[in-house]
Amino acid sequence: MAPNEASQDISVPDTSVEDRASNEAQLIEALRRGDETAFARLIDTYSGALLRVAMAYVPTRDVAEEVVQETWLGVLEGLDRFEARSSLKTWIFKILTNRAKTRGTRESRYEAVGLQTESASGADEPAVDPARFRQQGLFKHHWAIMPTAWEETTPERLLLSKESRAYIEQAIAALPPGQRQVITLRDIEGFTAQETCNILGITETNQRVLLHRARSKVRRALEQYLETSSMKSHPFQTTDSQR
Amino acid sequence: MLTCKDLTELVTDYLEGNLSPWQRVRFQIHLGLCFGCRAYLRQMRQTIRTLGKLPPEPFPPEIREELLRRFRHWRR
Ligand SMILES: [Zn+2]
Repeated sequence: MAPNEASQDISVPDTSVEDRASNEAQLIEALRRGDETAFARLIDTYSGALLRVAMAYVPTRDVAEEVVQETWLGVLEGLDRFEARSSLKTWIFKILTNRAKTRGTRESRYEAVGLQTESASGADEPAVDPARFRQQGLFKHHWAIMPTAWEETTPERLLLSKESRAYIEQAIAALPPGQRQVITLRDIEGFTAQETCNILGITETNQRVLLHRARSKVRRALEQYLETSSMKSHPFQTTDSQR
Repeated sequence: MLTCKDLTELVTDYLEGNLSPWQRVRFQIHLGLCFGCRAYLRQMRQTIRTLGKLPPEPFPPEIREELLRRFRHWRR
């Protein structure tokens, strides 16, 4: 496999920045005019994503739905003041995270508790179970139990089954809040690193650490699932001669 | 030489294009030589691809209706 394929997973929006800006200007104009179809389209485009992000802050889905509703009302209130210093999308998600933060703290100190455990366990949490690596010898810290190659269509097959979708959602819900927020914005909703930092009010480095922890854990969860579930087919057996 | 363990910690920086040119070369040399790490990187990409394809959270139609109603009265 050619190793120079680093950036192909990062989704690039298919419209240019100028196009997006002019579409956005038109949309904002329409909203200010009171064009209901434009508003309906806007809420249909973003409400699902907003709900996902809200669920990374507050303890229940009901509360998350309320937060999204409040967010849209906040958007209407703020629309006349919106100056396009960020994209409309980023601005909407920033309103959401501000409301969700307030709400999360009020609801159960969920946010505060989450942040605490995160900074405590923070950066030294390994991406992979240390037992997977050799503990000594010339090849210390090289694979003792290698990852198996997943089939090409594994993502599609995972998403076809309701059971595995639920499993993935559960793996995301089990992440500490900061990690969940970052992976939701970056990998599920396709925001760039910069937009994510902007929305969450975190540094670039912090964003990357949280993303790394989150992705590593979700990969691990998928690996466990694939090894135990009925989806296991033609596993690529690797044996370790040292064992 | 990077260890496999090192590689699993650098994989996000690699995918984010955040390694220095020299680190990147070291990463790629390791990949070229290591079946396990190639599989690991591939699993990581597949994990990301899976997340990107999750269906959207369904938004309750009652709330949607309520918002549209509020919008209609918004300017009055
Ligand atoms: Zn390796």
